[in-house]
Amino acid sequence: MVLELQKPRPIWQIMFSTHHTDVGLLYLIMSLGFLFLGGALALAIRAELFLPGAQIIGDAMTFNRIFTVHGTTLIFLFIIPFASAVGNYFVPIMVRYKDMAYPKLNAIAFWMIPPAGALIWLGFADFTWYATPPYSIISAPGPAADMWIFGLKILGISSVLGAINFVVTILKCKHPDMSIGQVPLLAWSFLSSSLIILVAIPTFAAALLMLLTDRLGVSGFFNPAMGGDPIAYAHLFWFTFHPEVYVLVIPAIGMMYEIIPRFSRRPIYSYGSGVFAFVLLAIVGFSSWAHHMYATGMSFTEKTVFMVGTLAAVPASAMHVFNFIATMWNGRIRFSTPMMWAVGGIALFFSAGAGGVVNSAMPLDFTTHDTYWVVGHFHLFVMGTIAFGSIGYLYYMFPYVTGRMYNEAMGKIHFILSFVGTVLVFFTQHVLGLYGMPRRIFDYPPIPEWIAMNQIASIGAMIIGVSMAIFLANMIYSSGRGEPANTDDPFGVGGKYYYPFEAKNPSH
Amino acid sequence: MAGHSNWPEWIYIGIVVALMTWVGAEAWEVERLIEHVPADAEIIKVTGQQWFWTFEHEDGTKEIGELHVEAGKAYKFEVTATDVIHSFNIHDYVVLIDAIPGRVNTVWFAPDEPGVHDIQCREYCGLIHYNMRGTLYVEEP
Ligand code: HEM
Ligand SMILES: [Cu+2]
Ligand SMILES: [Cu+2]
Repeated sequence: MVLELQKPRPIWQIMFSTHHTDVGLLYLIMSLGFLFLGGALALAIRAELFLPGAQIIGDAMTFNRIFTVHGTTLIFLFIIPFASAVGNYFVPIMVRYKDMAYPKLNAIAFWMIPPAGALIWLGFADFTWYATPPYSIISAPGPAADMWIFGLKILGISSVLGAINFVVTILKCKHPDMSIGQVPLLAWSFLSSSLIILVAIPTFAAALLMLLTDRLGVSGFFNPAMGGDPIAYAHLFWFTFHPEVYVLVIPAIGMMYEIIPRFSRRPIYSYGSGVFAFVLLAIVGFSSWAHHMYATGMSFTEKTVFMVGTLAAVPASAMHVFNFIATMWNGRIRFSTPMMWAVGGIALFFSAGAGGVVNSAMPLDFTTHDTYWVVGHFHLFVMGTIAFGSIGYLYYMFPYVTGRMYNEAMGKIHFILSFVGTVLVFFTQHVLGLYGMPRRIFDYPPIPEWIAMNQIASIGAMIIGVSMAIFLANMIYSSGRGEPANTDDPFGVGGKYYYPFEAKNPSH
Repeated sequence: MAGHSNWPEWIYIGIVVALMTWVGAEAWEVERLIEHVPADAEIIKVTGQQWFWTFEHEDGTKEIGELHVEAGKAYKFEVTATDVIHSFNIHDYVVLIDAIPGRVNTVWFAPDEPGVHDIQCREYCGLIHYNMRGTLYVEEP
């Protein structure tokens, strides 16, 4: 399998290309850039919280802006574009088509992201990734808030265009000899997550416009002073963003479905249950959004409905875990770097899900809601599961993209440090939440337990920071100077375990 | 998929479904009980605004940032806000409800022992959100 050949090309040729591997490369490099930018903000946050009192960030407003841009960046400018990178490289190959269905649209969807990222970074809004009204209407300083709104608007459109492209490529452009039941699970993951995007995103797109007109003072949809209802925003937001968490996680699970069987040297235990779980999650994921809103004063019945809807989605996630373990069982496993990341990611996925069940149980959520528990919970997904799956996959595709091998020892050190760091930061944050520390606070009273937990979390974050520096060095060095890879069997697991098709880039 | 039977997966799914049903049933039962406000609960009006809490007792006395109550009595908080959304929280007693402008949310508690506890805001509300704190004094009856 070859994705990109060695022949050097001028950068503008890649930038103006519409070929899926070129657009994939653009997505890849941009998303990794934002991973490091967003990660740097995380380190600033953890340094600030190492001790009570102002440490390195002078004032609360700057701190609030930093965590807002941190979250927005890593979700919308790292996780989603990284998945698009993988989808661009692999989906056309997996359905045996020459490119994405609409190559120009594909390039347009990509090129919408850099200006959106610029709006978010140049504005540096402070109202959290959730932009809750009425704060976001009457209190959040502009133009940062408005720039954020426009940025997200653009990202939403880009997502929808990308999703249309994936759906059409998979359903309409797949090779006629291939039935939908033969499409690899990675491609199924893109089909499911794209369908979620198409149903979920328009709701938030509408909410964003309403937020903007509210800010301009010409409407009062969410402004109680003008007869509006801020809780309506919460419903619109979470109707999009609970399903959206599955948009984030499903492609990462799809990537694990590529890695786990190859490095276990066994076919996947049950292809059928993988497909079923993806589709089920995409549907049931729409029945749980208001589990984010138990504390808004919903009635007992409403809370019960959304709790049941949330718990109903758990078996679908659990099926993936089973599938992975059953595949590795009796497998001849080779723990190369990609496999380590995938297996570590599954372990963290499981722990994260267990914490999610606690949040869902309504009386327990009153202990955990909007404390550091929630921060720990979703970071075990976004970092522990999604970033781990993505980074593992990046190591996996590295030889195919660059024709060279990364440094295996550095890859393993990267994994071990990141894993230890992730456990230190996010398990500790769960406990910190049980001690009652609210999230999104610039400073905290000197409660001994809070200080201790914060320090452990900050040390964990620094360990992750070090591991990411090693990662960066490895990627840069190895893509230029690494050992040439044997692209027929770069990981030494035996040729028949790889995916057989090649991308044909006309510029090569 | 072809060629091997899938019974271990069915057993596993059965266990997960049973576990989730149990969690849901327990949560339903507990929540039903704790939402039942005692009839004799005294009402305290709580107002959140950037960035402090105001409390008004039934007899009309007002307190800012501090709340004095008696051990052994039940209290019902009627919580609202004047500007943006806040969230009224006494973590030690698992009291948590959003303070939303234009709405009144209720939550109740019955402190059992004298003591001092933290009150805080748990919903992001801007600049001084981190220090929108108060103190609950539970006194001898
Ligand atoms: C699949 C990947 C998942 C991701 C990426 C994810 C992400 C998130 C995020 C970002 C939040 C916090 C939102 C905020 O307030 O800013 C959150 C909260 C929550 N999650 Fe998840 N989650 C995932 C899975 C689950 C699962 C499987 C469950 C339940 C079984 C769950 C239950 C909850 C609940 C109940 C909350 C609300 C907690 C609260 O605010 O009190 N999540 N999740
Ligand atoms: Cu959710
Ligand atoms: Cu607050």
